[in-house]
Amino acid sequence: MADTIADTRRLFSKPQNLNDAYGPPSNFLEIDVSNPETIGVGRNRYTTYEVRLKTNLPIFKLKESSVRRRYSDFEWLRAELERESKVVVPPLPGKALIRQLPFRGDDGIFDDSFIEERRQGLEQFLNKVAGHPLAQNERCLHMFLQDESVDKNYTPSKVRQA
Amino acid sequence: MSFFGFGQSADIDIVLNDAETRKKAEHKSEDGRKDKYFLFFDGETVSGKLNVTLKYPGKRLEHNGIKIEFIGQIELYYDRGNHHEFVSLVKDLARPGELTQSQTYDFEFTHVEKPYESYTGQNVKLRYFLRATVSRRLSDISKELDIVVHTLSTYPELNSSIKMEVGIEDCLHIEFEYNKSKYHLKDVIVGKIYFLLVRIKIKHMEIDIIKRETTGTGPNVYHENDTVAKYEIMDGAPVRGESIPIRLFLAGYEITPTMRDINKKFSVRYYLNLVLIDEEERRYFKQQEITLWRKGDIVRKSMSHQAISAAQRFEGSSNPEKSQSKNAEDDS
Repeated sequence: MADTIADTRRLFSKPQNLNDAYGPPSNFLEIDVSNPETIGVGRNRYTTYEVRLKTNLPIFKLKESSVRRRYSDFEWLRAELERESKVVVPPLPGKALIRQLPFRGDDGIFDDSFIEERRQGLEQFLNKVAGHPLAQNERCLHMFLQDESVDKNYTPSKVRQA
Repeated sequence: MSFFGFGQSADIDIVLNDAETRKKAEHKSEDGRKDKYFLFFDGETVSGKLNVTLKYPGKRLEHNGIKIEFIGQIELYYDRGNHHEFVSLVKDLARPGELTQSQTYDFEFTHVEKPYESYTGQNVKLRYFLRATVSRRLSDISKELDIVVHTLSTYPELNSSIKMEVGIEDCLHIEFEYNKSKYHLKDVIVGKIYFLLVRIKIKHMEIDIIKRETTGTGPNVYHENDTVAKYEIMDGAPVRGESIPIRLFLAGYEITPTMRDINKKFSVRYYLNLVLIDEEERRYFKQQEITLWRKGDIVRKSMSHQAISAAQRFEGSSNPEKSQSKNAEDDS
């Protein structure tokens, strides 16, 4: 074989800074949906969930935040993101209209197992969305995650580095 | 088509003169089967014999002429009726008359130009073949012999590396580098991916080789993409300052040389696609075109087959030791 063997040696690269190698990663983002609480009485009852966020991403103003949100707030967020951004927004857990009909054998939408199922779906939804680089530019996402309450009359806008 | 009991017919057979010594190359056919065909290069002579064997000995075969053609043509699958012939040579072997017995005719197409490589793709086919025809009043007898042509190139004079910084602002910045922009079919892609900023949760990274076949012109351009290779280069989450090496051996993949605007009918181009996948299955990618070329074997690079055999015969007579080493290279 008269062919020369190809040179497959690695290309040169700068040695890594040890702080970068062993320090905390720059992509820390944790979102939990927990502590469901049903408030109100009778037909005006609704369930809220705690949305807790911990991060070191500079795009988020607060590195730790905790707010309470209900299902319709999540629906609002999903609709805003669909309209304002180019993101393909993942689906929310179901609306469960059937569970809201009367004469059921169980607690309907206040049933423990249903709330747990919904909680999991909402957590998955938020984790998918909050980590999306394009969704992170939307004011509605930051308002949902970190403002005390959701102002549905807000002006949609883009967020740059906090 | 001949009716049993009516008239005479014949079997025709094309045999190349150098069938014993000429190398064969594998080529995939339209239905995916891999067959071996005689391998030719640009400028080589195509010569052989046409055997016409009468089916019923004793009976005459009347014909309107016997000829053999060497054809190079491009066939677009969506336009099957129209064959675009870019090489068309013909040798008349016999004037109209009759054969009373089986006959053999010699033919030679000298130093035939074969400007493009044989290619069978998803929407287009480029092929070379010999076609012998015995013309008759009602129906011709014809036979085709396909050959395969490879186009060879030499090492490019200029072969710069590809180095680029890309990313999504404030989310992901990488610098990728590939050691060359032009690779031969048995080459190795050596490169690296250097992470400058990682604010997303990366799960793994792969490099794909994509073949894009483009057919048609103007408003009817049609692209066919095919992922020829997928190779994972990183599993896990990188951080800033990390450098991921790439070493991708091309010999294991089904690739052809880059073909640009062949006879203004089609192109076959190759792209390296760097793909990063994050924890939510989102894909971030960067495509970069590379040029693929076919390297000749050391012996064949600049000489035609006939010239090599001529040189060997001469060396064999005067220097037996030297001719032996030359044969060893030939077999590699």
